[in-house]
Amino acid sequence: MREMIVSELSQALHEMARGFAHLLPRIIVMLILAALGWVIAYVVKVVLRSILRLVKFDKLSENAGASQLLAKAALPSPTEVLSRFVFWIAWLGFILLGVSVLGIMGLQEQVARFFLFLPRLFVAMFIMFFGLLAASFFSRAALLAGVNANMPSPRVLSLAVRTIIIVFVLSIVFEELGLAEQTMLVAFGIAFGALMLGLAIAFGMGGRDLARRFLEKKIVRGKKEENEDELSPL
Amino acid sequence: MAEESYLTDDFLRQLMNVGEVDILIGLPTHNNAKTVGSIVHTIQSGILRGFPRERAVIINADGGSRDGTPELVTGVSIDDMRPASNLHTLRTLHSISTKYASNARSASGAAFRTILAAAELLRPKACVVMSPESANIQPEWLSMLLGPIYRDGFDLVTPTYRRHKFEGLLITNLLYPMTRALYGLRIREAYSPEFGFSGRLGSQFLGQNVWNDETEGAGVELRFTLAAIAGKYRICQSFLGDKDRIERHAVDLVPALRQTAGALFSALEPDFPVWSIVTGSQPASTTGPDHEVLLEPLRVSRKRLREMFLAGIGELESVFQSILSPSTLAELQSIAHLDEEGFRYPAELWVRTVYEFAASYQKSVISRDHIIQALAPLFRGRMFTFLTENRNASAGEVEKNIEDLCLEFESLKPYLLQLWKSRE
Repeated sequence: MREMIVSELSQALHEMARGFAHLLPRIIVMLILAALGWVIAYVVKVVLRSILRLVKFDKLSENAGASQLLAKAALPSPTEVLSRFVFWIAWLGFILLGVSVLGIMGLQEQVARFFLFLPRLFVAMFIMFFGLLAASFFSRAALLAGVNANMPSPRVLSLAVRTIIIVFVLSIVFEELGLAEQTMLVAFGIAFGALMLGLAIAFGMGGRDLARRFLEKKIVRGKKEENEDELSPL
Repeated sequence: MAEESYLTDDFLRQLMNVGEVDILIGLPTHNNAKTVGSIVHTIQSGILRGFPRERAVIINADGGSRDGTPELVTGVSIDDMRPASNLHTLRTLHSISTKYASNARSASGAAFRTILAAAELLRPKACVVMSPESANIQPEWLSMLLGPIYRDGFDLVTPTYRRHKFEGLLITNLLYPMTRALYGLRIREAYSPEFGFSGRLGSQFLGQNVWNDETEGAGVELRFTLAAIAGKYRICQSFLGDKDRIERHAVDLVPALRQTAGALFSALEPDFPVWSIVTGSQPASTTGPDHEVLLEPLRVSRKRLREMFLAGIGELESVFQSILSPSTLAELQSIAHLDEEGFRYPAELWVRTVYEFAASYQKSVISRDHIIQALAPLFRGRMFTFLTENRNASAGEVEKNIEDLCLEFESLKPYLLQLWKSRE
C-alpha cells in the first residue's frame, strides 16, 4: 500500500516535471516574443511619432477638435496618444502571439478573435477622427455663414450641425466595432428623432416670438433700406 | 501648346481664320443681352477712332448665356457704325465668341484664361479687357487703355475712376493701401474689370500657376496686376472718368473679399522674395488724375454695419482665437463695448488685424476660405469708422485719411514680416 502511494506520487511528480520541461521552452519562446515585441513596438512608436510630428498631426487634430477633447480629459497631445496606442496594440499583439505558442486551447481562440478585431478598431478610429474633422469644419462654416448673413443665434445653428454630425459618426463607429449594434441603432433613431422633434417644437412654439421679431426686423429693415443707397465694396 | 487643350476645336478654327492681329479686345459675358450690344458698338467706335489701321478682334468669352448674348456680340457689324460716325477702318474687325468651361469656380478667372489663350495664339501687341456691366463706357476708353501699350511700350494699364467717397471701401481701406505697402507701387485700382495689357505680359501670366491653386482663379484680375508688378513690367494708370455699373447693386461682401483679400493673401506666398525687400512706395505713371472724389449725399445704414461687427466679435471668438494674436483680439473686444457715438476702429488696429489675417492665411491655421469669411464682420466695423470719420469730409480730407491709412500699412510692414517669419 505504502509502496503504491510512493509509486503514484513519484509518477505524478515525474509527469509534472516532464510537462514542465515540455512547457518551459514554450514559456521561453513567449518571453522572447514579448521582449522582441516590446523592441519592435517601441521602434514603431518612435517612427510613428516622428512621422506624425512631420505631418503636423497635432494641428490637424486641433482643427478636428480632438486636441480639445484630449486636453479636457488631461491626456497628452494626439500625436503622443496615437503613438502610445499603436505601441500597446503592437506589443499586446506580440504577447498574445506568445500566449498562443503555449498551446492552451481556450486562449488560442480568444487570440484569433483579437487579431480579427484589430482592423475594425483601426477603421473605427479613422472614421472617428475624420468625423470629428468634418464636424468641426461644417460647424465653423455654418457659424461663419450665419454671422455674415446676420442670422439670429448662429452659434445654435453651428452647435446643431456639430451635434448631428458627431451623433451620426458615433453610430457608424459603434456599428463598425460591432458593439451593441441593435442598441446603437435604436438609440441613434431615438436620439435623432428626439432632436428633430425638439427642434421642430422649439422653432414652432418656443421660438414663436423670436421668429416674429426676426420677420418684423427683416420686413421693417427691408422697407427702411428701400430708401437707402447700397454701397459697393469694390 | 497646353492652353489649346481647353479651347474648343471650333474656337481654334475661328482663331486660325483670323490670323495674327494688332489689337485684341476681350469681353467676358454671362447673360448680358440687355447691354452687350451697346458695349460692342462703343468698342467698335473706339477702334474706328483710335486704331483704324490696326488689325483688331473682339474675343467674347461667354459663361453659357441663355439670353443670346454671344449672338449679339458676333452679330453687331462695324458697318453699322460708319454712316453715323463718318469714321472708317481699313481692316476687317473680327468678332468671335466661345463658351468657357462652365464648371470653373471663378467665372471671371475662366473667361480671362480663355482670352489670354486666344491672345497667345493671335499674338496681338496690345490687349484690353472690357466689362459688359460698365454703364458709362466711352469709345475713348479704348485709346486710354490700349494707347500706352500700343504706342508707348507699357505692359499694363490699370484704370483710375471718379468715385463717390463711400464707394469701393474695400479698395480704399484694404486693397490699395496693402498692395502699395507690400509691392511698393501706388496702383489705385489693382482689381478692375477694365484694363489693358501687352501680349508678352499675357503670355507670361498664362503660364503661371494661379489657375489651379486654392483660389481657382477668383480675383485673377488682381493676381494679374500683382504679377506685373512682381515681374517688373512697365505699368501705368489712365483716368477713365465715372465708375458706374449698369445694375447698381451692392456686391456681396464675402465674394468681394474672396476676390480681393483672398487673391492678395494667396499671392503673398509666391511673391515673398519680391515684397519682403520692398520699403516705402513709388507713384505709378498716370495719364490724368489718379483719383477724383464725388461728395453727393448718400443714405447709408451705418447702424447695421456696427451691429454686424458686434455680432461677429460676439459669435466668432473661437475662430478669431485661431487667427488673431491675443492682444489684437482683446483690443477688438474692447472697442466692441464702445457705444455708437464713441465707436472707432483705429487705423493702426485695422492694419494689424489685416496683417494677422494674411499671416494666418499663409499658415492655414484653419480653412483659408473660413479665414476670408471671418474678415467680413471686422471689415464692416472698419467701414463704420470710415463712414463716421468722413461723414462731412471734403474730397481733400478723404484723400488725406486714405493716405494716412496707406502710411500706417507701410509703417507696420515689419510687423507682417515678423509674423511671416515666425511660421512654425
